[in-house]
Amino acid sequence: MIAAIASVFFVAGATLALLAGIGVLRMPDVFTRMQASTKASTLGLGCLLAGLVLLRPDAWVVIRAISIAAFTMLTTSVGAHVIARAAALTGAPLWEGTRVDERPRDGGQP
Amino acid sequence: MLNVVMPLTLALLALAAIFSLVRVLRGPTVPDRVISLDLIGVLIVGLTVVTAAATGEHAFLDVAMVIALVSFVGTVAYARYVEREGRS
Repeated sequence: MIAAIASVFFVAGATLALLAGIGVLRMPDVFTRMQASTKASTLGLGCLLAGLVLLRPDAWVVIRAISIAAFTMLTTSVGAHVIARAAALTGAPLWEGTRVDERPRDGGQP
Repeated sequence: MLNVVMPLTLALLALAAIFSLVRVLRGPTVPDRVISLDLIGVLIVGLTVVTAAATGEHAFLDVAMVIALVSFVGTVAYARYVEREGRS
């Protein structure tokens, strides 16, 4: 029973990671690709770690799983922010269907 | 059941890594490539976690933690580089 629930978590995490891969490949510009890729690192990796904890309920494993999940969730947002800032400053092209572009026109700090 | 699910999980993660590798090769701008490399780092952490679950070798979790740390530092360093190159 536990193995079945863990299997569901593993397949769900891997499917989310695959969706992130497809999103990175198919999305039209940098910022939309970024929002697709950060889903994998939070939800996908979280599901994989939940499956691992269900499969091997050991204090040693649980502590490491929680610290990996907490660390990735903290660093993914910081990393995405830094890359988005770099992309905006270097003037990465937006998708042609974009309605609102709030980046400054005069080359100022976003 | 698990001996079917584990290879399936590893195959899906590897397929996602191949897709983002295609984006690394094709990506029109440098931030695209940085994002794809960051995603590949996360997928490698996922592969290591699944390997730890499949084999029962708990040392793989330490490996996963180290890869997560190093991948974050690499992403921030790349982003700083892109920002400085774009300004000059």
